[in-house]
Amino acid sequence: MVLIYIDNADQEIKNASHEAICYGAALAKQLGTSAEALILGNVNEDLASLGKYGASKIHQVKNSALTHFDSKQFATVISEAAKVLGASVLVFAHNVNGKAVAPAVAVKLGAGIVTGACALPKTDNDFVVTKTVFSGKAFASIQINTAIKIITINQNSFGVLMQDANALVENLEINVPVSNLKITSVDKIKGEIPLTEATLVVSGGRGLKGPENWGILLDLAKALGASTACSRPVSDSDWRPHHEHVGQTGLQIAPNLYIAIGISGAIQHLAGVNRSKTIVVINKDPEAPFFKAADYGVVGDAFEVVPELTAAILKSKGGA
Amino acid sequence: MKILVCISKTPDTTAKIAFAEGNTKFDENGVQWIINPYDEWYALVKAIELKERDASVTIHLVTVGGADTEPIIRKALALGGDEAFRVNNTSNDSMVVAQEIAAIAKQGAYDLILTGKETIDYNSASIGAMLSALLDQNFISAAVKLDLNGKIAIVTREIEGGEETCETNLPVIISCQKGMAEQRIPNMRGIMAARTKPLNVLEASISAQNTTIKSFELPPAKTGVKLVDPTNMDELVRLLKEEAKVI
Ligand SMILES: Cc1cc2nc3c(=O)[nH]c(=O)nc-3n(C[C@H](O)[C@H](O)[C@H](O)COP(=O)(O)OP(=O)(O)OC[C@H]3O[C@@H](n4cnc5c(N)ncnc54)[C@H](O)[C@@H]3O)c2cc1C
Repeated sequence: MVLIYIDNADQEIKNASHEAICYGAALAKQLGTSAEALILGNVNEDLASLGKYGASKIHQVKNSALTHFDSKQFATVISEAAKVLGASVLVFAHNVNGKAVAPAVAVKLGAGIVTGACALPKTDNDFVVTKTVFSGKAFASIQINTAIKIITINQNSFGVLMQDANALVENLEINVPVSNLKITSVDKIKGEIPLTEATLVVSGGRGLKGPENWGILLDLAKALGASTACSRPVSDSDWRPHHEHVGQTGLQIAPNLYIAIGISGAIQHLAGVNRSKTIVVINKDPEAPFFKAADYGVVGDAFEVVPELTAAILKSKGGA
Repeated sequence: MKILVCISKTPDTTAKIAFAEGNTKFDENGVQWIINPYDEWYALVKAIELKERDASVTIHLVTVGGADTEPIIRKALALGGDEAFRVNNTSNDSMVVAQEIAAIAKQGAYDLILTGKETIDYNSASIGAMLSALLDQNFISAAVKLDLNGKIAIVTREIEGGEETCETNLPVIISCQKGMAEQRIPNMRGIMAARTKPLNVLEASISAQNTTIKSFELPPAKTGVKLVDPTNMDELVRLLKEEAKVI
Protein backbone atom coordinates (compact mmCIF):
# COMPACT_ATOMS: atom_id res chain seq x y z
CA MET A 1 0.00 0.00 0.00
CA VAL A 2 1.12 3.55 -0.74
CA LEU A 3 0.59 5.82 2.26
CA ILE A 4 0.49 9.57 1.67
CA TYR A 5 1.08 11.94 4.55
CA ILE A 6 -1.27 14.92 4.50
CA ASP A 7 0.24 18.03 6.03
CA ASN A 8 -2.41 20.00 7.86
CA ALA A 9 -0.50 22.88 9.37
CA ASP A 10 -3.14 25.26 10.79
CA GLN A 11 -5.95 22.77 10.25
CA GLU A 12 -5.75 23.54 6.57
CA ILE A 13 -4.76 21.23 3.72
CA LYS A 14 -2.63 22.96 1.11
CA ASN A 15 -2.04 22.31 -2.54
CA ALA A 16 1.29 20.57 -1.84
CA SER A 17 -0.61 17.79 -0.04
CA HIS A 18 -3.22 17.51 -2.79
CA GLU A 19 -0.40 17.05 -5.24
CA ALA A 20 1.28 14.46 -2.98
CA ILE A 21 -1.98 12.46 -2.91
CA CYS A 22 -2.25 12.58 -6.72
CA TYR A 23 1.36 11.44 -7.01
CA GLY A 24 0.83 8.65 -4.48
CA ALA A 25 -2.35 7.53 -6.24
CA ALA A 26 -0.58 7.37 -9.62
CA LEU A 27 2.27 5.42 -8.04
CA ALA A 28 -0.15 3.00 -6.36
CA LYS A 29 -1.83 2.38 -9.70
CA GLN A 30 1.54 1.70 -11.28
CA LEU A 31 2.36 -0.80 -8.50
CA GLY A 32 -1.11 -2.37 -8.56
CA THR A 33 -1.86 -1.45 -4.96
CA SER A 34 -4.05 0.97 -3.05
CA ALA A 35 -3.40 4.63 -2.19
CA GLU A 36 -4.36 5.65 1.33
CA ALA A 37 -3.64 8.82 3.21
CA LEU A 38 -2.74 9.67 6.78
CA ILE A 39 -3.60 12.81 8.67
CA LEU A 40 -2.62 13.71 12.22
CA GLY A 41 -4.88 15.83 14.39
CA ASN A 42 -7.97 17.74 13.48
CA VAL A 43 -8.78 19.64 10.36
CA ASN A 44 -11.56 22.00 9.31
CA GLU A 45 -12.13 20.24 6.02
CA ASP A 46 -14.26 17.45 4.68
CA LEU A 47 -11.74 14.60 4.58
CA ALA A 48 -13.92 12.30 2.49
CA SER A 49 -13.68 14.81 -0.34
CA LEU A 50 -9.92 14.15 -0.57
CA GLY A 51 -10.98 11.05 -2.49
CA LYS A 52 -11.10 13.29 -5.52
CA TYR A 53 -7.28 13.36 -5.55
CA GLY A 54 -7.17 9.57 -5.66
CA ALA A 55 -6.94 8.32 -2.06
CA SER A 56 -9.33 5.48 -1.31
CA LYS A 57 -9.03 5.80 2.48
CA ILE A 58 -8.05 8.56 4.87
CA HIS A 59 -6.69 7.40 8.21
CA GLN A 60 -7.04 10.06 10.84
CA VAL A 61 -5.20 9.99 14.14
CA LYS A 62 -7.36 12.19 16.32
CA ASN A 63 -5.57 13.07 19.50
CA SER A 64 -5.58 16.29 21.43
CA ALA A 65 -1.78 16.04 21.82
CA LEU A 66 -1.38 16.54 18.06
CA THR A 67 -2.28 20.20 17.91
CA HIS A 68 0.89 21.51 16.37
CA PHE A 69 3.59 20.13 14.09
CA ASP A 70 6.55 18.71 16.02
CA SER A 71 9.02 16.78 13.87
CA LYS A 72 10.00 14.25 16.54
CA GLN A 73 6.48 13.57 17.77
CA PHE A 74 4.98 13.41 14.27
CA ALA A 75 7.77 11.11 13.04
CA THR A 76 6.96 8.66 15.82
CA VAL A 77 3.23 8.65 15.08
CA ILE A 78 3.67 8.42 11.29
CA SER A 79 6.13 5.51 11.64
CA GLU A 80 3.78 3.62 13.95
CA ALA A 81 0.86 4.24 11.62
CA ALA A 82 2.89 3.01 8.62
CA LYS A 83 3.69 -0.19 10.52
CA VAL A 84 0.11 -0.78 11.65
CA LEU A 85 -1.26 -0.14 8.16
CA GLY A 86 1.46 -2.10 6.40
CA ALA A 87 2.62 0.66 4.06
CA SER A 88 5.32 -0.26 1.54
CA VAL A 89 5.81 3.23 0.11
CA LEU A 90 5.34 6.53 1.93
CA VAL A 91 4.86 9.81 0.08
CA PHE A 92 5.29 13.29 1.57
CA ALA A 93 5.14 16.75 0.03
CA HIS A 94 8.62 18.30 -0.17
CA ASN A 95 7.37 21.30 1.80
CA VAL A 96 8.62 22.68 5.12
CA ASN A 97 6.98 20.03 7.30
CA GLY A 98 7.47 17.17 4.84
CA LYS A 99 11.21 17.87 4.76
CA ALA A 100 11.31 18.07 8.55
CA VAL A 101 9.63 14.74 9.20
CA ALA A 102 10.13 12.31 6.28
CA PRO A 103 13.87 11.66 6.90
CA ALA A 104 13.16 10.87 10.57
CA VAL A 105 10.45 8.42 9.51
CA ALA A 106 13.01 6.85 7.15
CA VAL A 107 15.31 6.17 10.13
CA LYS A 108 12.50 4.70 12.21
CA LEU A 109 11.31 2.38 9.43
CA GLY A 110 14.79 1.51 8.10
CA ALA A 111 13.58 2.87 4.77
CA GLY A 112 15.58 4.33 1.93
CA ILE A 113 14.48 7.85 1.09
CA VAL A 114 14.66 10.17 -1.91
CA THR A 115 13.74 13.78 -1.18
CA GLY A 116 12.71 16.30 -3.82
CA ALA A 117 11.47 13.81 -6.42
CA CYS A 118 10.19 15.34 -9.65
CA ALA A 119 8.58 12.37 -11.44
CA LEU A 120 7.05 8.97 -10.80
CA PRO A 121 9.64 6.28 -10.06
CA LYS A 122 10.55 3.59 -12.55
CA THR A 123 9.34 0.37 -11.02
CA ASP A 124 9.79 -2.26 -13.76
CA ASN A 125 12.65 -4.20 -12.18
CA ASP A 126 13.84 -2.07 -9.32
CA PHE A 127 12.67 1.20 -7.80
CA VAL A 128 14.41 4.26 -9.24
CA VAL A 129 13.34 7.79 -8.37
CA THR A 130 14.37 10.91 -10.29
CA LYS A 131 15.04 14.00 -8.21
CA THR A 132 16.42 17.46 -8.85
CA VAL A 133 19.99 18.04 -7.69
CA PHE A 134 22.40 20.98 -7.82
CA SER A 135 19.50 23.31 -7.05
CA GLY A 136 17.55 22.38 -10.16
CA LYS A 137 20.56 22.44 -12.50
CA ALA A 138 20.45 18.65 -12.97
CA PHE A 139 18.55 15.46 -12.22
CA ALA A 140 19.72 12.30 -10.48
CA SER A 141 18.13 8.87 -10.77
CA ILE A 142 18.40 7.13 -7.43
CA GLN A 143 17.63 3.53 -6.68
CA ILE A 144 16.05 2.72 -3.33
CA ASN A 145 17.39 -0.60 -2.03
CA THR A 146 15.16 -1.18 0.98
CA ALA A 147 11.80 -2.95 1.31
CA ILE A 148 10.05 0.21 2.53
CA LYS A 149 10.54 3.29 0.38
CA ILE A 150 9.99 6.97 1.11
CA ILE A 151 9.63 9.78 -1.40
CA THR A 152 9.10 13.50 -0.91
CA ILE A 153 7.70 15.13 -4.03
CA ASN A 154 8.76 18.60 -5.20
CA GLN A 155 5.96 21.12 -5.16
CA ASN A 156 4.33 21.90 -8.50
CA SER A 157 6.28 19.18 -10.31
CA PHE A 158 3.58 16.53 -10.76
CA GLY A 159 0.36 18.47 -10.94
CA VAL A 160 -3.09 17.98 -9.46
CA LEU A 161 -5.61 15.75 -11.20
CA MET A 162 -9.14 15.40 -9.91
CA GLN A 163 -11.73 12.72 -10.30
CA ASP A 164 -15.22 12.21 -9.00
CA ALA A 165 -14.72 10.09 -5.90
CA ASN A 166 -14.99 10.09 -2.14
CA ALA A 167 -12.60 8.52 0.34
CA LEU A 168 -13.51 6.42 3.33
CA VAL A 169 -12.48 8.20 6.52
CA GLU A 170 -11.30 5.96 9.34
CA ASN A 171 -10.09 6.62 12.84
CA LEU A 172 -6.68 5.25 13.65
CA GLU A 173 -5.64 4.71 17.25
CA ILE A 174 -1.92 5.30 17.75
CA ASN A 175 -0.04 6.02 20.95
CA VAL A 176 0.94 9.67 20.80
CA PRO A 177 4.02 10.79 22.76
CA VAL A 178 3.91 14.24 24.36
CA SER A 179 5.52 17.10 22.47
CA ASN A 180 8.49 18.85 24.08
CA LEU A 181 8.06 21.95 21.96
CA LYS A 182 6.18 24.93 23.28
CA ILE A 183 4.89 27.15 20.50
CA THR A 184 5.00 30.74 21.71
CA SER A 185 3.96 32.64 18.61
CA VAL A 186 2.87 32.16 15.01
CA ASP A 187 3.24 34.95 12.46
CA LYS A 188 1.49 34.52 9.16
CA ILE A 189 1.81 36.97 6.36
CA LYS A 190 -1.80 37.93 6.02
CA GLY A 191 -3.71 37.58 2.80
CA GLU A 192 -0.79 36.38 0.72
CA ILE A 193 -0.30 33.05 -0.98
CA PRO A 194 2.97 31.52 0.30
CA LEU A 195 5.57 31.76 -2.47
CA THR A 196 6.15 28.01 -2.56
CA GLU A 197 2.44 27.46 -3.21
CA ALA A 198 2.05 30.26 -5.75
CA THR A 199 1.40 29.41 -9.38
CA LEU A 200 2.11 32.96 -10.61
CA VAL A 201 5.08 34.96 -9.33
CA VAL A 202 6.29 38.47 -10.17
CA SER A 203 9.85 39.14 -9.04
CA GLY A 204 12.01 42.25 -8.91
CA GLY A 205 15.75 42.86 -8.86
CA ARG A 206 18.19 45.66 -8.37
CA GLY A 207 17.09 47.08 -11.73
CA LEU A 208 14.09 48.61 -9.96
CA LYS A 209 16.55 50.95 -8.20
CA GLY A 210 14.86 51.24 -4.81
CA PRO A 211 11.96 50.12 -2.61
CA GLU A 212 9.99 53.25 -3.51
CA ASN A 213 9.66 51.90 -7.06
CA TRP A 214 7.99 48.63 -6.12
CA GLY A 215 4.52 50.02 -6.79
CA ILE A 216 4.59 49.10 -10.49
CA LEU A 217 5.56 45.53 -9.61
CA LEU A 218 2.86 45.23 -6.94
CA ASP A 219 0.27 46.56 -9.39
CA LEU A 220 1.26 43.92 -11.91
CA ALA A 221 1.12 41.20 -9.25
CA LYS A 222 -2.32 42.39 -8.20
CA ALA A 223 -3.62 42.42 -11.77
CA LEU A 224 -2.42 38.85 -12.23
CA GLY A 225 -3.27 37.58 -8.75
CA ALA A 226 0.42 36.70 -8.38
CA SER A 227 2.73 36.47 -5.38
CA THR A 228 5.85 38.61 -5.21
CA ALA A 229 9.50 37.60 -4.97
CA CYS A 230 12.89 39.31 -5.29
CA SER A 231 16.59 38.74 -5.89
CA ARG A 232 19.04 38.43 -3.02
CA PRO A 233 20.58 41.93 -3.12
CA VAL A 234 17.05 43.34 -2.92
CA SER A 235 16.25 41.51 0.31
CA ASP A 236 19.79 42.04 1.64
CA SER A 237 19.26 45.80 1.25
CA ASP A 238 15.89 45.46 3.00
CA TRP A 239 13.99 46.79 0.00
CA ARG A 240 11.82 43.72 0.37
CA PRO A 241 11.28 41.20 3.21
CA HIS A 242 13.60 38.19 3.46
CA HIS A 243 10.86 35.68 2.80
CA GLU A 244 10.65 36.97 -0.78
CA HIS A 245 14.29 36.09 -1.55
CA VAL A 246 14.46 33.35 -4.16
CA GLY A 247 17.56 31.60 -5.43
CA GLN A 248 20.21 29.18 -4.38
CA THR A 249 20.36 30.60 -0.89
CA GLY A 250 16.71 31.60 -0.66
CA LEU A 251 13.51 29.85 -1.61
CA GLN A 252 13.41 27.46 -4.54
CA ILE A 253 10.14 27.80 -6.39
CA ALA A 254 8.48 26.23 -9.42
CA PRO A 255 5.47 28.35 -10.40
CA ASN A 256 3.69 28.09 -13.74
CA LEU A 257 4.75 31.66 -14.53
CA TYR A 258 7.76 33.60 -13.24
CA ILE A 259 8.12 37.20 -14.40
CA ALA A 260 11.59 38.62 -13.66
CA ILE A 261 11.85 42.40 -13.71
CA GLY A 262 15.25 44.08 -13.58
CA ILE A 263 17.01 40.87 -12.54
CA SER A 264 20.25 40.01 -14.36
CA GLY A 265 19.83 36.24 -14.06
CA ALA A 266 22.95 35.29 -12.08
CA ILE A 267 23.45 31.55 -11.82
CA GLN A 268 22.59 31.63 -8.10
CA HIS A 269 19.31 33.36 -8.86
CA LEU A 270 18.42 30.92 -11.63
CA ALA A 271 18.99 28.01 -9.25
CA GLY A 272 15.90 29.07 -7.34
CA VAL A 273 13.58 29.61 -10.28
CA ASN A 274 14.75 27.36 -13.12
CA ARG A 275 11.98 24.86 -12.47
CA SER A 276 9.33 27.45 -13.35
CA LYS A 277 7.19 26.31 -16.27
CA THR A 278 7.28 29.64 -18.12
CA ILE A 279 9.78 32.44 -17.54
CA VAL A 280 9.28 36.02 -18.75
CA VAL A 281 12.24 38.39 -18.47
CA ILE A 282 11.92 42.16 -18.61
CA ASN A 283 15.34 43.80 -18.73
CA LYS A 284 16.77 46.84 -20.49
CA ASP A 285 20.05 45.07 -21.24
CA PRO A 286 19.69 42.70 -24.21
CA GLU A 287 22.86 40.93 -23.01
CA ALA A 288 21.42 40.09 -19.56
CA PRO A 289 22.10 36.38 -18.94
CA PHE A 290 18.50 35.81 -17.84
CA PHE A 291 17.32 35.97 -21.47
CA LYS A 292 19.12 32.66 -22.10
CA ALA A 293 16.91 30.97 -19.51
CA ALA A 294 13.69 32.74 -20.55
CA ASP A 295 10.75 31.66 -22.66
CA TYR A 296 9.63 35.20 -23.39
CA GLY A 297 11.76 38.31 -23.23
CA VAL A 298 11.08 42.01 -23.34
CA VAL A 299 14.10 44.24 -23.89
CA GLY A 300 13.01 47.52 -22.43
CA ASP A 301 12.86 49.87 -19.48
CA ALA A 302 10.87 48.26 -16.67
CA PHE A 303 9.42 51.62 -15.67
CA GLU A 304 7.70 51.83 -19.06
CA VAL A 305 7.08 48.16 -19.85
CA VAL A 306 5.63 46.98 -16.54
CA PRO A 307 2.73 49.49 -16.33
CA GLU A 308 1.92 48.67 -19.99
CA LEU A 309 1.85 44.97 -19.19
CA THR A 310 -0.41 45.58 -16.19
CA ALA A 311 -2.77 47.59 -18.37
CA ALA A 312 -2.79 44.87 -21.05
CA ILE A 313 -3.63 42.24 -18.44
CA LEU A 314 -6.44 44.29 -16.95
CA LYS A 315 -7.76 44.94 -20.44
CA SER A 316 -7.73 41.23 -21.32
CA LYS A 317 -9.48 40.38 -18.06
CA GLY A 318 -12.08 43.06 -18.55
CA GLY A 319 -12.77 41.79 -22.05
CA ALA A 320 -13.04 38.16 -21.03
CA MET B 1 27.93 24.28 26.56
CA LYS B 2 28.99 22.17 23.59
CA ILE B 3 27.89 22.79 20.01
CA LEU B 4 28.40 20.45 17.07
CA VAL B 5 28.21 22.04 13.62
CA CYS B 6 27.77 19.74 10.62
CA ILE B 7 29.81 20.88 7.63
CA SER B 8 29.53 19.65 4.07
CA LYS B 9 31.78 20.28 1.08
CA THR B 10 29.91 21.46 -2.02
CA PRO B 11 30.86 22.82 -5.44
CA ASP B 12 31.04 26.60 -5.65
CA THR B 13 27.70 28.15 -6.64
CA THR B 14 29.07 29.13 -10.08
CA ALA B 15 30.59 25.68 -10.77
CA LYS B 16 29.80 24.17 -14.14
CA ILE B 17 27.49 21.21 -13.58
CA ALA B 18 28.63 18.32 -15.77
CA PHE B 19 28.90 14.57 -15.37
CA ALA B 20 31.54 11.98 -16.14
CA GLU B 21 31.90 8.20 -16.46
CA GLY B 22 28.76 7.73 -18.52
CA ASN B 23 26.78 10.27 -16.48
CA THR B 24 27.25 8.33 -13.27
CA LYS B 25 29.58 10.77 -11.47
CA PHE B 26 29.71 14.51 -10.93
CA ASP B 27 32.55 15.88 -13.07
CA GLU B 28 34.93 17.46 -10.57
CA ASN B 29 37.22 18.82 -13.26
CA GLY B 30 38.06 22.45 -12.53
CA VAL B 31 35.48 22.67 -9.75
CA GLN B 32 36.17 24.99 -6.81
CA TRP B 33 34.95 23.63 -3.48
CA ILE B 34 33.34 25.62 -0.74
CA ILE B 35 31.69 25.00 2.61
CA ASN B 36 28.00 24.48 1.85
CA PRO B 37 26.69 28.07 2.22
CA TYR B 38 23.89 27.10 4.64
CA ASP B 39 26.41 25.32 6.88
CA GLU B 40 28.88 28.18 6.79
CA TRP B 41 26.89 31.41 6.77
CA TYR B 42 24.13 30.31 9.06
CA ALA B 43 25.00 27.24 11.18
CA LEU B 44 28.69 27.90 11.81
CA VAL B 45 28.48 31.68 12.17
CA LYS B 46 25.54 31.28 14.56
CA ALA B 47 27.66 28.95 16.72
CA ILE B 48 30.48 31.52 16.64
CA GLU B 49 28.08 34.28 17.72
CA LEU B 50 26.94 32.14 20.67
CA LYS B 51 30.57 31.59 21.65
CA GLU B 52 31.28 35.30 21.46
CA ARG B 53 28.48 35.87 23.94
CA ASP B 54 29.49 33.03 26.24
CA ALA B 55 33.18 32.07 26.37
CA SER B 56 32.37 28.68 27.89
CA VAL B 57 30.94 27.52 24.56
CA THR B 58 33.00 24.93 22.67
CA ILE B 59 32.41 24.47 18.94
CA HIS B 60 33.13 21.13 17.32
CA LEU B 61 32.83 20.56 13.60
CA VAL B 62 32.05 17.33 11.86
CA THR B 63 32.25 16.42 8.23
CA VAL B 64 31.77 13.07 6.54
CA GLY B 65 34.01 12.77 3.50
CA GLY B 66 37.40 12.00 2.03
CA ALA B 67 40.72 13.76 2.62
CA ASP B 68 39.77 16.30 -0.06
CA THR B 69 37.35 17.89 2.43
CA GLU B 70 40.21 19.03 4.67
CA PRO B 71 40.73 22.48 3.08
CA ILE B 72 37.13 23.41 3.80
CA ILE B 73 37.37 22.09 7.37
CA ARG B 74 40.48 24.24 7.89
CA LYS B 75 38.50 27.21 6.61
CA ALA B 76 35.69 26.42 9.05
CA LEU B 77 38.25 26.20 11.85
CA ALA B 78 39.66 29.54 10.71
CA LEU B 79 36.21 31.09 10.98
CA GLY B 80 35.91 29.90 14.55
CA GLY B 81 35.53 26.17 15.25
CA ASP B 82 37.63 24.77 18.11
CA GLU B 83 38.13 21.20 16.98
CA ALA B 84 37.05 19.14 13.99
CA PHE B 85 36.20 15.55 13.17
CA ARG B 86 36.33 14.04 9.74
CA VAL B 87 34.77 10.65 9.22
CA ASN B 88 36.50 9.07 6.27
CA ASN B 89 33.39 7.91 4.44
CA THR B 90 32.65 9.09 0.90
CA SER B 91 29.11 7.73 0.70
CA ASN B 92 26.52 10.14 -0.66
CA ASP B 93 23.59 8.35 0.98
CA SER B 94 22.18 10.75 3.59
CA MET B 95 21.38 7.91 5.97
CA VAL B 96 25.02 6.78 6.01
CA VAL B 97 26.19 10.35 6.62
CA ALA B 98 23.64 10.84 9.39
CA GLN B 99 24.65 7.59 11.10
CA GLU B 100 28.33 8.58 11.04
CA ILE B 101 27.49 11.99 12.52
CA ALA B 102 25.21 10.42 15.12
CA ALA B 103 28.12 8.24 16.32
CA ILE B 104 30.26 11.37 16.86
CA ALA B 105 27.34 13.18 18.49
CA LYS B 106 26.80 10.37 21.00
CA GLN B 107 30.47 10.54 22.07
CA GLY B 108 30.40 14.31 22.49
CA ALA B 109 27.11 14.76 24.37
CA TYR B 110 26.37 18.07 22.64
CA ASP B 111 23.80 20.57 23.86
CA LEU B 112 23.16 21.85 20.38
CA ILE B 113 23.66 20.36 16.93
CA LEU B 114 23.45 22.79 14.02
CA THR B 115 23.18 21.87 10.35
CA GLY B 116 22.46 23.87 7.21
CA LYS B 117 18.92 23.74 5.81
CA GLU B 118 20.19 21.60 2.93
CA THR B 119 23.30 21.18 0.80
CA ILE B 120 23.38 22.94 -2.53
CA ASP B 121 24.54 19.81 -4.40
CA TYR B 122 22.20 16.94 -3.47
CA ASN B 123 19.55 19.18 -1.86
CA SER B 124 18.46 16.35 0.41
CA ALA B 125 17.62 18.45 3.47
CA SER B 126 17.66 15.22 5.47
CA ILE B 127 20.52 15.14 7.97
CA GLY B 128 18.89 17.12 10.81
CA ALA B 129 15.69 15.08 10.85
CA MET B 130 17.63 11.83 10.60
CA LEU B 131 19.85 12.84 13.53
CA SER B 132 16.71 13.60 15.51
CA ALA B 133 15.48 10.03 15.06
CA LEU B 134 18.93 8.49 15.58
CA LEU B 135 19.63 10.46 18.77
CA ASP B 136 16.02 10.75 19.97
CA GLN B 137 16.34 14.53 20.28
CA ASN B 138 14.04 17.35 19.25
CA PHE B 139 14.52 18.79 15.79
CA ILE B 140 13.56 22.22 14.50
CA SER B 141 13.93 22.76 10.78
CA ALA B 142 14.53 25.81 8.62
CA ALA B 143 15.32 28.06 11.57
CA VAL B 144 15.81 31.79 11.00
CA LYS B 145 16.56 32.80 14.60
CA LEU B 146 17.98 31.18 17.73
CA ASP B 147 18.42 32.47 21.27
CA LEU B 148 19.50 30.57 24.34
CA ASN B 149 18.17 31.16 27.80
CA GLY B 150 20.03 28.82 30.13
CA LYS B 151 19.05 25.33 29.05
CA ILE B 152 16.18 26.53 26.88
CA ALA B 153 16.44 27.25 23.16
CA ILE B 154 14.09 29.81 21.67
CA VAL B 155 13.85 29.15 17.96
CA THR B 156 11.98 30.85 15.14
CA ARG B 157 11.44 28.71 12.09
CA GLU B 158 9.91 29.11 8.67
CA ILE B 159 6.43 27.70 8.21
CA GLU B 160 4.27 27.75 5.09
CA GLY B 161 3.56 31.44 4.57
CA GLY B 162 5.16 32.78 7.73
CA GLU B 163 7.20 32.05 10.83
CA GLU B 164 6.62 30.51 14.22
CA THR B 165 8.58 30.68 17.44
CA CYS B 166 8.92 27.83 19.88
CA GLU B 167 10.81 26.93 23.03
CA THR B 168 12.41 23.65 23.86
CA ASN B 169 14.89 22.25 26.33
CA LEU B 170 18.41 21.42 25.22
CA PRO B 171 19.68 19.25 23.69
CA VAL B 172 18.15 20.11 20.34
CA ILE B 173 19.03 19.75 16.67
CA ILE B 174 18.41 22.77 14.45
CA SER B 175 18.73 23.23 10.69
CA CYS B 176 19.65 26.80 9.80
CA GLN B 177 18.88 29.17 6.97
CA LYS B 178 18.98 32.86 6.11
CA GLY B 179 18.31 35.15 9.05
CA MET B 180 20.29 33.07 11.57
CA ALA B 181 23.54 34.98 11.12
CA GLU B 182 25.51 37.08 8.67
CA GLN B 183 28.26 35.74 6.44
CA ARG B 184 31.83 36.37 7.70
CA ILE B 185 35.28 36.24 6.19
CA PRO B 186 38.06 34.49 8.13
CA ASN B 187 40.80 36.86 9.35
CA MET B 188 44.55 36.25 9.32
CA ARG B 189 44.65 35.38 13.01
CA GLY B 190 41.92 32.80 12.53
CA ILE B 191 43.70 31.30 9.54
CA MET B 192 46.97 30.99 11.52
CA ALA B 193 45.20 29.51 14.54
CA ALA B 194 43.33 26.99 12.38
CA ARG B 195 46.59 25.35 11.35
CA THR B 196 47.17 23.97 14.82
CA LYS B 197 43.59 23.20 15.84
CA PRO B 198 42.89 19.47 16.18
CA LEU B 199 41.41 17.77 13.11
CA ASN B 200 40.65 14.20 14.11
CA VAL B 201 40.18 11.60 11.39
CA LEU B 202 37.99 8.60 12.12
CA GLU B 203 37.52 5.57 9.96
CA ALA B 204 34.15 4.90 8.34
CA SER B 205 31.93 2.57 10.33
CA ILE B 206 28.77 2.42 8.20
CA SER B 207 28.62 0.83 4.78
CA ALA B 208 25.09 -0.43 4.05
CA GLN B 209 23.55 1.97 1.52
CA ASN B 210 19.79 2.44 1.48
CA THR B 211 20.01 4.26 -1.84
CA THR B 212 22.34 4.18 -4.85
CA ILE B 213 22.76 6.90 -7.45
CA LYS B 214 22.33 5.26 -10.87
CA SER B 215 22.79 8.22 -13.20
CA PHE B 216 22.68 11.97 -13.67
CA GLU B 217 21.09 14.03 -16.39
CA LEU B 218 21.10 17.68 -17.42
CA PRO B 219 17.77 19.35 -18.21
CA PRO B 220 17.07 19.95 -21.89
CA ALA B 221 18.35 23.35 -23.01
CA LYS B 222 15.73 26.09 -23.43
CA THR B 223 14.74 26.33 -27.06
CA GLY B 224 15.44 30.02 -27.16
CA VAL B 225 13.74 33.10 -25.94
CA LYS B 226 10.90 34.64 -27.91
CA LEU B 227 11.34 38.41 -27.87
CA VAL B 228 8.27 40.58 -27.63
CA ASP B 229 8.19 44.24 -28.72
CA PRO B 230 8.24 46.39 -25.56
CA THR B 231 5.49 48.58 -26.96
CA ASN B 232 3.19 45.64 -27.60
CA MET B 233 2.30 44.14 -24.24
CA ASP B 234 -1.05 42.93 -25.59
CA GLU B 235 1.00 40.46 -27.61
CA LEU B 236 2.81 39.20 -24.48
CA VAL B 237 -0.53 38.70 -22.73
CA ARG B 238 -1.83 36.82 -25.77
CA LEU B 239 1.23 34.54 -25.80
CA LEU B 240 0.92 33.82 -22.08
CA LYS B 241 -2.75 33.00 -22.52
CA GLU B 242 -2.80 31.11 -25.78
CA GLU B 243 0.68 29.66 -26.23
CA ALA B 244 2.06 29.14 -22.72
CA LYS B 245 -1.46 28.80 -21.24
CA VAL B 246 -0.32 30.02 -17.84
CA ILE B 247 -2.75 32.89 -17.26
C1 LIG C 1 27.16 32.03 -2.84
C2 LIG C 1 26.18 32.98 -3.47
C3 LIG C 1 24.82 32.75 -3.30
C4 LIG C 1 23.89 33.61 -3.90
N1 LIG C 1 22.55 33.34 -3.75
C5 LIG C 1 21.66 34.13 -4.41
C6 LIG C 1 20.25 33.85 -4.34
O1 LIG C 1 19.81 32.92 -3.65
N2 LIG C 1 19.40 34.64 -5.02
C7 LIG C 1 19.83 35.70 -5.78
O2 LIG C 1 18.98 36.39 -6.40
N3 LIG C 1 21.13 36.00 -5.83
C8 LIG C 1 22.06 35.25 -5.17
N4 LIG C 1 23.38 35.58 -5.24
C9 LIG C 1 23.75 36.85 -5.88
C10 LIG C 1 23.85 36.76 -7.39
O3 LIG C 1 25.16 36.35 -7.75
C11 LIG C 1 23.58 38.12 -8.04
O4 LIG C 1 24.49 39.05 -7.51
C12 LIG C 1 22.17 38.66 -7.81
O5 LIG C 1 21.22 37.67 -8.15
C13 LIG C 1 21.94 39.88 -8.66
O6 LIG C 1 20.71 40.46 -8.34
P1 LIG C 1 19.93 41.36 -9.40
O7 LIG C 1 19.74 40.61 -10.64
O8 LIG C 1 18.74 41.91 -8.72
O9 LIG C 1 20.92 42.61 -9.59
P2 LIG C 1 21.91 42.94 -10.77
O10 LIG C 1 22.79 41.81 -11.10
O11 LIG C 1 22.52 44.24 -10.41
O12 LIG C 1 20.97 43.12 -12.02
C14 LIG C 1 20.10 44.18 -12.22
C15 LIG C 1 19.52 44.03 -13.61
O13 LIG C 1 18.53 45.03 -13.82
C16 LIG C 1 18.62 45.52 -15.14
N5 LIG C 1 18.05 46.87 -15.17
C17 LIG C 1 18.57 48.01 -14.63
N6 LIG C 1 17.72 49.04 -14.84
C18 LIG C 1 16.64 48.55 -15.48
C19 LIG C 1 15.43 49.13 -15.97
N7 LIG C 1 15.16 50.41 -15.80
N8 LIG C 1 14.56 48.32 -16.58
C20 LIG C 1 14.82 46.99 -16.77
N9 LIG C 1 15.94 46.41 -16.33
C21 LIG C 1 16.84 47.18 -15.70
C22 LIG C 1 20.09 45.47 -15.47
O14 LIG C 1 20.28 45.38 -16.88
C23 LIG C 1 20.52 44.20 -14.75
O15 LIG C 1 20.44 43.07 -15.59
C24 LIG C 1 24.33 34.74 -4.64
C25 LIG C 1 25.70 34.97 -4.79
C26 LIG C 1 26.62 34.11 -4.21
C27 LIG C 1 28.07 34.39 -4.41
